[in-house]
Amino acid sequence: MTVMVDIRSVHKSFGSLEVLKGIDLAVRTGEVTVILGPSGSGKSTLLRTVNHLEKVDRGAISVDGTLIGYRRSGDKLYELPEREVLRQRTRIGFVFQNFHLFPHLTVLDNVIEAPVSALGRPRREAVESARRLLARVGLADKADSHPRQLSGGQQQRVAIARALALEPRLLLFDEPTSALDPELVGEVLDVIKDLAHQGTTMIVVTHEIGFAREVADTVVFMDDGRIVEQGPPADVLDRPRHERTRAFLSKVL
Amino acid sequence: MSSDTLAKASAVPDTPEHAESLRIVPHRRPGQWAAAVAVLALLALALTSVLRNEAFQWDVVADYFTSGAVLRGLWLTLWLTAVVMVLGFALGTLLAAARLSSNPVLRSVSWGYVWLFRSIPVLVQLLLWFNIGALYPQILGVRTVDLLGPVTVAIIGLTLHEAAYAAEVVRGGILSVDRGQIEAAQALGLSRWRRWRRIVLPQAMRSIVPPAGNMLVGTLKGTSIVSVIAVQDLLYSVQLVYHRTYQVIPLLMVATVWYTVVTSVLSAGQYYVEKHYARGFGSTR
Repeated sequence: MTVMVDIRSVHKSFGSLEVLKGIDLAVRTGEVTVILGPSGSGKSTLLRTVNHLEKVDRGAISVDGTLIGYRRSGDKLYELPEREVLRQRTRIGFVFQNFHLFPHLTVLDNVIEAPVSALGRPRREAVESARRLLARVGLADKADSHPRQLSGGQQQRVAIARALALEPRLLLFDEPTSALDPELVGEVLDVIKDLAHQGTTMIVVTHEIGFAREVADTVVFMDDGRIVEQGPPADVLDRPRHERTRAFLSKVL
Repeated sequence: MSSDTLAKASAVPDTPEHAESLRIVPHRRPGQWAAAVAVLALLALALTSVLRNEAFQWDVVADYFTSGAVLRGLWLTLWLTAVVMVLGFALGTLLAAARLSSNPVLRSVSWGYVWLFRSIPVLVQLLLWFNIGALYPQILGVRTVDLLGPVTVAIIGLTLHEAAYAAEVVRGGILSVDRGQIEAAQALGLSRWRRWRRIVLPQAMRSIVPPAGNMLVGTLKGTSIVSVIAVQDLLYSVQLVYHRTYQVIPLLMVATVWYTVVTSVLSAGQYYVEKHYARGFGSTR
């Protein structure tokens, strides 16, 4: 199986605070990787480096065989101009904790914005595929609503449709259910599970242990800027080898 | 003690039997009535004094209200306001963008501009520009006084002043947009221009429109200051008439009523513009 995401010795600091202390991680095509860990462990920052929303201080990340955010020449990495970074991002879908839908645009306009303006798709074509995507997340009838008229769960499902509209090779989820009322978590997880079963490659940062157990091919446990352990959910969640993993799981389970 | 007796014991003694048939009488507020009557009486007094005081000469006001000279002055006031607003906000938007850029030189220059032009009274500025010929008698081989007539000086002076305030209004509007909106647009691969045009600006407009409407009304009235450099705006036009006829008060009333009428129309327009940019946000605050 080919590797979709290859993260090599990534370091990142905010001022004097080192949040990523050398991360190595490989995500295979078609697999679901779930990253768990206490808040402040660096898991969201790691996810954000994968589509270059955060620049790395050291190390390199490639997605689908392409170096992200840099161009290598000899033993130097040259930062790419923004235009090229933006093009790379159209291959990577990102779903935020707080949805970040565009509140002044209708649901349909939210979904077609990137295909039309970043990929240059004809509007008619983009609208057709947006309607299919909205139907897929169960919101076909909300196309003309504004985001604030929807529940949190519905907004996050729109955000997922918006990310899918670029037909990305990889989907990144940053705590997609953490901002939701408990009764709305299920509907969002169901959509993500559905995508997983169809073989979408994804990395999901979450606190939902049940979701990790059910969907993940690999569970990664992070603490203090490092990967403590990783493996199939049955190993990491049920037979953790490290004390810190055990301590974390005993608190969240 | 059974739960039944407990419920009875804790109930208010005279809890009525048929609560749904009782009428609710609101609390009376005699003070409110008294205040309203007093204010209305004062208003009536003021109004009768204005209408009955012959010195207002309302017939003269009516004669001059739509006279050619006054309408020409009104027209100049209107287009001068429009030009100053458009140029002021164009320059102000550039200044705001410079202030928010990552380039420290642009940031400092923008800050310095706003500091300088907010510090100089607009009247002082107009007089300085009007006398700029003393500093630079010639500009590109042309005599400065020929190049910068009173109207050009008025446009330059008012625009530079306006831009300093517009820059702060636009900057505030941009800062009011959630940082996550820009990040989401970046994650979707939207270009810098598209992010600005399609995502940031429409949302910033919600915060920009109310103070911009305020500035528009302020600028409309503020243009009357150009009468000091003999630009024939609404105020200067009525002044020209009363210097000839000595009907000072009625002609000032002509200007007053016109300024009020235009301000009312602009305020009504602002309401609709605010409604337009509130789409998707529930209410207009």
